[in-house]
Amino acid sequence: MSSAETDHPKPRRNAELVLLLIALVIGIGAQVLVGLTMEDQIDQRYWIEAAVQVVLAVGFHVVLRLRAAYADPFILPIAVTLNGLGIAMIHRLDFTAAYEGVADRQLVWTAVSMAAAAALLIWLKDHRRLRQLTYISLLVSIVLLFLPIVPGLGRDIQGAQVWVSIGAMSFQPGELAKITLAIFFAGFLANNRDLILLAGRKVGPLTFPRLQDLGPLFLAWVIALGVLIVQNDLGNALMFFGLFVAVIYVATSRFSWIAIGGVFIAAGAVLAYQMVPHARNRFDIWLHAFDPEIYGQMYGSHQLVQGMFGLAHGGLTGTGLGNGNPQMVSLANSDMIIAAFGEELGFIGLGAMLLLYFILFSRYMRAAVGTRDHFGKLLAAGLAVILVLQVFVVVGGITRVIPMTGLVSPFLAAGGSALLANWLIVAIVLMISNAARRPIYAGPMLNTTGAGAAGTEDPLSSDQARTETTAEQTGVTDAAGPAADSASAGSQGGQR
Amino acid sequence: MNNAIRHTWVVSVALFLSLFVALSLIQVVLADDLNSRDENARQTIANAGAPRGPITVDGAPIVESVPSDHTQYDFQRVYHEPELYSGITGFFSVTGSSSGLESELNDYLSGQSDSQFFDRITALFTGRTMQGAQVELTLDGELQQLAYDLIPEDRRGTIVVTDVTTGEIRAMASKPSYDPNDLAVHSASEFEEAQQRLEEQPGLSIWTNRALNMPVAPGSTFKLVDTLAMLESGDYDLDTELDVPETLDLPNTEHGLENFADGGCHQREQAEFIWIFAQSCNTPFAEAAMELGQDEILAAAEAFGWNQSIEVPLSTTPSRFPTDELSDDVLALSSIGQQDVTATAMQLNMAAAAIANDGTMMHPQLVDTIRGSDLQILQQPSPEVLNEVMDSSTASDITEMMVETVESGTGFRAQSERFDVAAKTGTAEIGDDDGLVNSWITGFAPADDPQYAVTVVYERIELSEGSQLTGSQMLTMLEAVIEE
Repeated sequence: MSSAETDHPKPRRNAELVLLLIALVIGIGAQVLVGLTMEDQIDQRYWIEAAVQVVLAVGFHVVLRLRAAYADPFILPIAVTLNGLGIAMIHRLDFTAAYEGVADRQLVWTAVSMAAAAALLIWLKDHRRLRQLTYISLLVSIVLLFLPIVPGLGRDIQGAQVWVSIGAMSFQPGELAKITLAIFFAGFLANNRDLILLAGRKVGPLTFPRLQDLGPLFLAWVIALGVLIVQNDLGNALMFFGLFVAVIYVATSRFSWIAIGGVFIAAGAVLAYQMVPHARNRFDIWLHAFDPEIYGQMYGSHQLVQGMFGLAHGGLTGTGLGNGNPQMVSLANSDMIIAAFGEELGFIGLGAMLLLYFILFSRYMRAAVGTRDHFGKLLAAGLAVILVLQVFVVVGGITRVIPMTGLVSPFLAAGGSALLANWLIVAIVLMISNAARRPIYAGPMLNTTGAGAAGTEDPLSSDQARTETTAEQTGVTDAAGPAADSASAGSQGGQR
Repeated sequence: MNNAIRHTWVVSVALFLSLFVALSLIQVVLADDLNSRDENARQTIANAGAPRGPITVDGAPIVESVPSDHTQYDFQRVYHEPELYSGITGFFSVTGSSSGLESELNDYLSGQSDSQFFDRITALFTGRTMQGAQVELTLDGELQQLAYDLIPEDRRGTIVVTDVTTGEIRAMASKPSYDPNDLAVHSASEFEEAQQRLEEQPGLSIWTNRALNMPVAPGSTFKLVDTLAMLESGDYDLDTELDVPETLDLPNTEHGLENFADGGCHQREQAEFIWIFAQSCNTPFAEAAMELGQDEILAAAEAFGWNQSIEVPLSTTPSRFPTDELSDDVLALSSIGQQDVTATAMQLNMAAAAIANDGTMMHPQLVDTIRGSDLQILQQPSPEVLNEVMDSSTASDITEMMVETVESGTGFRAQSERFDVAAKTGTAEIGDDDGLVNSWITGFAPADDPQYAVTVVYERIELSEGSQLTGSQMLTMLEAVIEE
């Protein structure tokens, strides 16, 4: 934290622009390769789609320049790369009999998601305002999670009742609940952290919290779990568990929480195995994927095994885009898109994409480490854990590291809800990273280093909240000294 | 708090590492094992889309694989003159099912045969796509076309022409036929649709060859077998006088066995064997069969190849003569090619060819040469004796009787001005209410120096139309194949 005062951090938006161009070249290049392989020509549509992607990416970049100049420069390019690759693969699968026009829908959703994320950046200004929504977030989470089981609204697709239909539109509200739950966890723990840390019972080397401190968290966990078991959505259940444990651990740094979380996870797993036939089925598939009986049965291991065949077919270097048979795996463009990438881009290509995920995750974590307020730390860490758990649950499920559950690969898989959620997460983390990196010039009266000092003030009246906006308003780039910006900041604050 | 975040990061690194380990296991270490699993259809697709070797007639491809775009399969199987050759080539479908030579010679056509091992190794190292072997058939394209055109549409007919001295098949055409291109589509659902549509067509089978796999009642052509048994017993020769009753009472049944109403048999009450043969009188043959016994007839039939499957290399369906003991009445009916006796066109043609070739039956052969993609010969079947059916004097006796059949008997329609034709006709009642019959003729020419055997058969046809078609078409084929 002290580095902010000594190093004069640069906005690094130019670096982002360069990376963004590379990202666009990768995504659009993949799209062009698909066109050349599958239809031997690149018609006007490709250029329109490419232009849309360029406009979206550059537009988002401009918003960052204006609104969060010190935001992490890696996050946007990586998200754009993965999103572009996803569209290319979905487009490639549209050439098979099983899918049609999904890529166009995905591009529309990308536009909607990026616009929504940009709007969130502009409207919210500072992530700390989310802290005021702690309990509203809990309420919203509950509503979102319960929506799909409301009669008349919900739809059951492939055994998991996670969809909501309004007319022809369908949506997975649970995807957005990830964000609201992360906000609730972060807000609740930032508020009650001290209480939880101080009051507790020591049992041996571990300090266990009081039950009443656990109450609201436990309630949130039970609700999430209950709804998810009812909805048969094991992937999200696993993710909420992980989020719950990770955020509490980050908040308290206490190993006892991991132990408690581990017990909860184990209990949840046993419960799910006992009570949910769907879950039991998943375990059987995982353990006995090649058993002919399980392979042959309905909802058996066929998909998993075919996915592994696809990965194996790709081998080290892959078949090349358009030359494999990824459509042999059911849900190849959504849940199983990782298998499609593994087949056509090979271990090298898929490995590179996993590395991108890993860097993206690390940047999220970097934002958590860098930001000054506890709420921001917990929120960024929570969102990072959501990302890593999504990737782990999806890829681990496909590669048989863990039982396969239905989760979508962030940014890659076809599906608007998840895409929107992940782009909103990007917007929030960018805000947090902006808060982490931007220079602070605090007056002598402000305590910025003491524990719990930052984040307790009203974000709207805080000086830090304005620094960023004013820096961009003056159009100053990296070269200019930040001191000059902040000098003019005071007079212009509050204009927006 | 930052330490906890870092710890979380470290745990996540471990998660990512586990993913990398799992991925490298699946994609690299265990890839070969996964790729070769039975459940893995990708290998099938790779094979289905691989460039299979062509099948050629007179050096020109009748089936070949051409590069294909827009599907997961790299190559498209194309059948030229599809209906003309469908029974022989069969089809090759991406669903994994195939028939005909596409199935029988799959190892060669796909390049997976043992003799192509070094080709495969070379292809592996040079990165070249493995080319399947090319198969040249013994067929004569013009003759095949002629035979095919002779058979009227909407009739179930087969014409077979073979070289009697080598066994090479020159023509083997039949109708109804189909277009294998409809089945070589790159979509399983389109394939199933086409398959269903084709299988609904009466009399059509996409899985078999009519000449090789459709044994039906041979009728009087089976008297060639009786004649062999009778001559070999020593009790009969061409001039042996036999009774020609109009009706033969059969034991254990009220029905008698009659001669053909429109034959010439009623003209005489007694006649020499050669006359009876030429007029194809039923009663003397049935009586002789009962006298000789089932074993003798069975032995003669099996000498000709009944109850036995051969590979040409398409597998033939065995023509059937009952091996379990028959009562005399059934034996009598069997001896005139009714009841449970069946024969394929190829079986009867083999019988005629054996008689033509001094009693030596050559193995019918459809494949001339199989060459690797480098044109090196992988296989070239040489003429092969299948069986010594009879001695040459017996063969020439039967030849004489068959010549007589054409000159003054039931085979008169096959009479040629250019050479003597030897033939035996047959009409099998199929016990159907419409009075339809199987109409047969089998024979060879020139009688004094036999070159080619021809068999024509129509199933489920009206009696008069059948005998009209068979005799004249046999003649057409013989005059076409035998050079002046």
